[in-house]
Order: sequence, then C-alpha cells, then structure tokens
Amino acid sequence: MAPGRNLLDKVWDLHTVRELPGGQTQLFIGLHLIHEVTSPQGFQMLDDAGLSVLVPSRTFATVDHIVPTDTHARPLRDAQAEEMLEAVEANTKRHGIQFFPIGSGSQGIVHVIGPELGLTQPGQTIACGDSHTSTHGAFGAIAFGIGTSQVRDVLASQCLALARPKVRRISVSGALGFGVYAKDVILHVIRRLGVKGGVGYAYEYAGPVIERLSMEERMTLCNMSIEGGARVGYVNPDDATFDYLRGRRFAPEAGAFEHAVAWWRSMASDKDARFDDEVELAGGEIAPTVTWGTNPGQAIGVTEKLPRVDELPDDDRAAAEDAYKFMDLVPGRPIAGTPIQVAFIGSCTNGRLSDLREAARVAKTGKVAPGVRALVVPGSEAVRAAAESEGLHEVFKAAGFQWREAGCSMCLAMNPDKLIGRELCASSSNRNFKGRQGSPTGRTLLMSPAMVAAAALRGRVADVRELL
Amino acid sequence: MSERVTAERVTSRRGRGVVVRGNDIDTDQIIPARYMTSIRFAGLEEFVFRDVRFTSDGVPKGHPFDDRRYRGAEVLVVNQNFGCGSSREHAPQALGRWGIRAIVGESFAEIFFGNCVALGIPAVTASRADVAKLMDAVELDPAQELAVDLAARTVTWRGGSAAIRMPDGARGQLMDGSWDAMRTLLEARDQILAKAAALPYVKGF
Repeated sequence: MAPGRNLLDKVWDLHTVRELPGGQTQLFIGLHLIHEVTSPQGFQMLDDAGLSVLVPSRTFATVDHIVPTDTHARPLRDAQAEEMLEAVEANTKRHGIQFFPIGSGSQGIVHVIGPELGLTQPGQTIACGDSHTSTHGAFGAIAFGIGTSQVRDVLASQCLALARPKVRRISVSGALGFGVYAKDVILHVIRRLGVKGGVGYAYEYAGPVIERLSMEERMTLCNMSIEGGARVGYVNPDDATFDYLRGRRFAPEAGAFEHAVAWWRSMASDKDARFDDEVELAGGEIAPTVTWGTNPGQAIGVTEKLPRVDELPDDDRAAAEDAYKFMDLVPGRPIAGTPIQVAFIGSCTNGRLSDLREAARVAKTGKVAPGVRALVVPGSEAVRAAAESEGLHEVFKAAGFQWREAGCSMCLAMNPDKLIGRELCASSSNRNFKGRQGSPTGRTLLMSPAMVAAAALRGRVADVRELL
Repeated sequence: MSERVTAERVTSRRGRGVVVRGNDIDTDQIIPARYMTSIRFAGLEEFVFRDVRFTSDGVPKGHPFDDRRYRGAEVLVVNQNFGCGSSREHAPQALGRWGIRAIVGESFAEIFFGNCVALGIPAVTASRADVAKLMDAVELDPAQELAVDLAARTVTWRGGSAAIRMPDGARGQLMDGSWDAMRTLLEARDQILAKAAALPYVKGF
C-alpha cells in the first residue's frame, strides 16, 4: 500500500500545472492577496510587458502597511503614502480586482482580513507579497510570501515557479500552562530550532496543544513560521477550522458547505503520513516568553536570566554579543524588570479580537505606567468594530492606552507610528530586528499581547501571570 | 525606465568582491522599511544598508559599502542566512542597483533567494571554510577579480577556488535564461485555465 501523504504533498500535487524543465513546479495559486507596498511595481512590470491579469477573480486587495492609525482621513498627510493608495485604487479598478478600501468595513492587515472574510480556506495555495503570508496556513492552506517580480508572475499567469519544500512535523505534547499563549509557543519553537532551522522546510504544527488552539491562535503560530526560516507553516484543518469558516462572506454557502467540509477533511495529512523530519516539544515546558536580542530566536522565559554568551552555541555568540550591545542589556540579569517606554499591541501576529480580549483582561487591572506610550491597534476594521461592541476600547482608554484605527502600525513603521531614538518597546509584533520599528536605534522586545499589557501597566517587563 | 532588465543566460559572473560579515543579516538592515514608500524601485541603491552604514546624523560608520577599496564591486560575500525576514524584493533590488550581480554565502533565506533568482542575481552557497577563505582573500586584495561560474559550479579568486552549490531548478533557470519566469509560466496558459476550472474551491464545490 502506498504510504500516507501529508497536506503539503496533497495541496502541491493538486495545484501542479506542470513540471518545469529545470525541476521546479509550475504551481497554480488559488488565492492571491495584494497590498499597497509590494504590488505597484508588479503592475508596472505587467504594463511594461503589455499583459493583463489572467484570473482577476482570484486576486483581492487591501491597504495596510502605510495606512496611518490616528486617522484614516484622505488624502493621507504623507504624499508618497497617498500615491501608493491611489496606485492600488487605480490598478484594482483597471484590472477588475476586488478591493477592500479604508472605510469599507473590510479593510485591515491583509493576513487578518483574508481569514475574516472567509477567503482563506483549507487546501488552497495562497501567495502574497509579504512574508507573513504563512499566517493563512492556520487553515490548512499552503501559504507563503513572495517578492514583487513574483507578484507580477501571479498577476500575469496565476502561477509561480517553485521548488517543493520538505516538511517537518513539529508536535507539541501535553498542555499549555496558565498565562501561556500561542505567541509563546512559536517564540519557543524558534528559540529551540533557530531562526534558520526552517530554511527549505514547511512546518506542520501538530499534537494536542496545537489541536486545542483556536483559529486565531493558530494564525499567530503560523504567522511567525518565517521567523524560524520556514516560508510555510500549517495546521491540519479540523472542526475548529470549519466552524470558523461557516457563514463568512466568501466561505461556501449553506448548500455547498458540507461538500466543502468533506473535501477539506480529505486534504489533511493522513494518519500514516510521512515527513522529512519530526520534532517533539513539551507544551508544559513553555513559559511566557520574551525576546532580548535582535532576532526572534534570541528569547527566554520571563522568569529566566539573560543567557551568558559562553552558554550559547558557538554559532550564536557573535550575534548575541552584538545584540547585547545594541539592546543595552546585561547577560546574567533577569529580563523581568527591564524598563520599557512604549507598548504596542497589534500586527498580523496579534491584532485579532481574542488578542485584544486577553490584553484587555490585563488592562482592566490597572493604569498604564507614567512615561509609557501604549498603543492598541486593531488588525482590521472588523476587529475594531467587534472590540468596540464588547466595550474593549473603553477598557483600554480607561487604562491609558491609545485606541487606534486598523493597520500595520508600529510593527514595521512604514506609517507615522514609530519608535523615537533609543526607546524600548514591548511589542506583540513579529520582528525585533534593529530599526524595525522605525528608529534606527530603537529597541524591541517581542511577547504576547497580554504580556505587553502587563509591561505597559508595570512600566517594566513583567510576568503576566502575576496580573491575571 | 522599465522596472526590469531583459532575461539573459546567466552562466557566470565576474567582478571584484565586497565582504559583509555576519550571520542573519535581515532585509530590514539591507533596506529599512521607511525607504520603501515609493511605488518605484528606482533610487533604492542610495539607501542600501542605510542604518548599518550611517549614524542617525548621517555620519559614515565604516561599512564595507563605503570603503573605497570596494568601489565598483559586483560580487557580495556573506555568511549564514543572509536576507532573512521580510519578502521585500526591495532588498535584492537595492543591492542590484548598487552594483551587486552575484552573491556568495554560507546560506540564504528562502524568499530572498527566490527574489534574487527573479532578478538574475545568482545567490550561491559554499562551505563555511571556503567562505572564510574567500572573505580573507577579498579583504587582503580587493582589486582582484572573482569568478562565480554556475556551469563549472565554482568560485575562483587569485590563488584559490571552491565548490559552490545552488538548487538545480534555480541554477537551470539562470543558465537557460528562464529566470524571468513570467513568459515560461504563460506558455501553459490553457493548462492554467483548465487547472483553475477544476479546483473545487474555484468552481464552488
């Protein structure tokens, strides 16, 4: 009998148009998401080649990276940002692509709105000019980031030329402790497997801990696969996936839904599926986790002390020394108690309703510490509306947080939300690279939204379990 | 100006080298996001490695890209996981527009690697020991010409040479001039449309 197949193999084979002479696959892309930063040049290249969009019904657009979050009023104050927005408007209109603009109720971070609208579904191939496209793998899709020339390729042909990745199954056993979130799981995975451990692999997340995660938590998990070097991360679709999708705008309608469920189920990895590599991690060992350096693998549990450089593997020492210098942190000292000046809750990693609920539970217990600038930025207009209908915005405002409009905000600072000078930011985003949050010398500590809220109230890195 | 160059057969790249040492050099370092607010790639070379090269006040910090010995270099030599982080093609665009036409390193992040191929910039790997030798050789004699030979799978420098690796698919694309994938993909137009029509989620289950 043929051995079982994993989800990646099933999706890959189904979407293969042909094998290319060099050994790559011509892969059909079932869902293409575009935004204002990486698509204008793609459309320009298409124009230069005299081509049109081959399957406009399979591309959807929104705006997120450069959108200000203090006000969505047009024209944007930044003329270049306004030009980007206008480019998306013109390109989508000219090519017949559905666009979710500011004020539509459906605008937001591309990786928040895809699932929210029911566009993201199991068994699809999904591409977007953004590395955090891995987020959509939470639904059992094969989803990955691409560059702008590849955006052009998808626009022109709805296909990409790609090499099939290997698959590593990461099983997380047991259960998560109190105050431990999906963000902590993925930071722990990256800490254990490294920031380049996943290069050449797709990560399949499995095991009891993963199966119990909500869809929003699975999105957080898959989102940061790329931070571990894996371009793709996915979770097999199950009842939680189907329940999430039922009734959403672009999900199959009532009559077709059960057929869809049967097909989605068939795309999950077989029980006896084979993997190129398997890793087991214990859920009970995962603590609320905080990064201390300038890559997401430089992380520790909040109760741990900063590692001494000589305790680290040889390969990581130079980077650690450089990171300590940049971060102005001292090996051997605890990370808890480190003073922060900015707290950022939001991003495609942690800007969803359940993230805001968890942060609000903490915010409810106190006030933002003096001298701390604290922002809550919903991932989409829909998240913002849902949070407001629950009164979360009042909780945040009462505690001294700023309540913002939807966008990428301070995750990457392509908009007015930026760190200033040497500010240290407790952030629910995904990258702690030097300069990432807009100030070349600004510093970032990655953690869960609840941990960010705790840090905002204490004015220092704190163990959220003490506040819950 | 067109946003692209015309596809050519890339079988080798020859030129002087420049060494940028360090593991995990991310795309935010290669091109900070705040310089990506244009709808064009033109002019990105001005901002390549901006924050690593200059202080906030614009004072040069002594980065290799500002070292006059490396002026005109075309082959970039790096360590592990170069180009990790975001999918921004702005990173290889900025390097390419600065003058880089090939990259030799211990390893590359995957999206960055794919973006390089799409621009006709071979990003090839060599063993750690060989990269170390190559880096030392270039730093000792920046004026020498390096040759990255995809056909022979070697990188050579004055007095030395080493084996290089590249996945077959990408190497094939570069060597036969199909690295600008769009035309190749469109050759299968009918098959693409047939595939679309057959997918359960496209036809509505």
